[in-house]
Amino acid sequence: MTRPNAVHALLYLVVTLLALAVSFFALGAAFAAVLLIMIYAGAIVVLFVFVVMTLPTAPEAMARERAALNRAWPLPAIMSVLVIAPFLFGLGEVAPGIAAPVSAQAVGRLLFGPWALAIELASLLLLAGLIGVRHIGRSDRVRGDRR
Amino acid sequence: MIGMLITATISVTMIMVLLVVAGTFTWVERRLLAFVQERLGPNRVGPFGFLQWVADTVKILTKEDRPPPGADPGAYYLAPAVGATPILAGFGVVVFGDGLTLAAVDVGVMFLLGMMGLTVYAVVLGAWASHSRYALMGGMRAAAQMLAYEAFLGLSLMGVVMLAGSLSMTAIVEAQRDVWFVVLQPLGAALFCIAGVAAAHRLPFDLPESENDLVAGYLTEYSGMSFGLFFLGEYLAVLLVSALAVTLFFGGWHGPFLPGAVWFGLKTGVIAVVFVWIRATLPRPRYDQLLNFAWKIALPLALLNLLLTGVIVVARSAS
Repeated sequence: MTRPNAVHALLYLVVTLLALAVSFFALGAAFAAVLLIMIYAGAIVVLFVFVVMTLPTAPEAMARERAALNRAWPLPAIMSVLVIAPFLFGLGEVAPGIAAPVSAQAVGRLLFGPWALAIELASLLLLAGLIGVRHIGRSDRVRGDRR
Repeated sequence: MIGMLITATISVTMIMVLLVVAGTFTWVERRLLAFVQERLGPNRVGPFGFLQWVADTVKILTKEDRPPPGADPGAYYLAPAVGATPILAGFGVVVFGDGLTLAAVDVGVMFLLGMMGLTVYAVVLGAWASHSRYALMGGMRAAAQMLAYEAFLGLSLMGVVMLAGSLSMTAIVEAQRDVWFVVLQPLGAALFCIAGVAAAHRLPFDLPESENDLVAGYLTEYSGMSFGLFFLGEYLAVLLVSALAVTLFFGGWHGPFLPGAVWFGLKTGVIAVVFVWIRATLPRPRYDQLLNFAWKIALPLALLNLLLTGVIVVARSAS
């Protein structure tokens, strides 16, 4: 959804994430659904809102955003059609028995069994991110060399 | 179809009961606070002032409620609802007694954490939509505080999840048939209680609405039922955190003589009263102390607790 107001846009993002979580839940992946709510909706988008909250919402800023958005509609429109079309044509053809519930234990066994390497790679990435944050967030760099 | 209708009826009934319980809890809190501070508190309406919350509800419903100039009306009215709805949804997975639950989700504990995480939007959105400096500062504090405390709220109760071997609330309560987890997980329980108070942003962790430096923080511009809905969400959050604490650490519905649901209610009530007691006793810390404590002390302690529990659980299952 294209909104000139960034906070509204983020709210639409939260609604999308919640809808996605409900889809996961309906497919039986309750664990993934809850993780999506906790981590994306509950933590990551909150950080976005935290930053965006301080942006100006003056009329001239909104007008500028609106002008920029006026040219940007074709690609999102095509993507929406691509997403909606299979949904419309596929209505009523839901195969029963797909939605087998997956327990949290099963997810854990898969993650730390066959997919252990991927988990370790992801943790390396997170570690790199942490070190980067520590480096950027050092206060002595911001205030000039005190030490 | 009939099953759905029954579930819907029970849900609506439960929401009504919860609203009444939350209203009663406001009266309990005001009277207890008054006794702690050597005053009488509301004691005029009904027996012992019990109907005070009904009078307050009528008053708050009939008050004018308008967004301030420059506010974003949609977000302004949406925010209080976002505060109360996830908490009400969270009560759907609470197991009140043996098999007494609306939705038997096998990731119940995480669902509750997720719902409590969503309430931060209420505060942040309300603060932003109010178009006021005090409100905005309250919102920024709320966002930083909730992120800090939810990080170790989840970690502090993972020790319990390890011991019980399940995320389902029923399984966790069943695992405490012999000994409560507060005995096996004292550090986890303590951290959970601290994080719980912060997650419900109650005193001493009510920095987002701290009245001595921020007027009322994110609540500054709110009045009427929008204000009431924020408070409803807060009191319901206190009850939800208490119910979660009972489930995780205090044996859930287990107890002698009385039926399980009664025990559950009694334990939840006691913990909710402890919340009021803490509010009456402790002073409010400074904001940087609050965040330093969360990230530098509580989070490492929660990780340490998790590591030790993991080692013990693995060692016991190996032997």
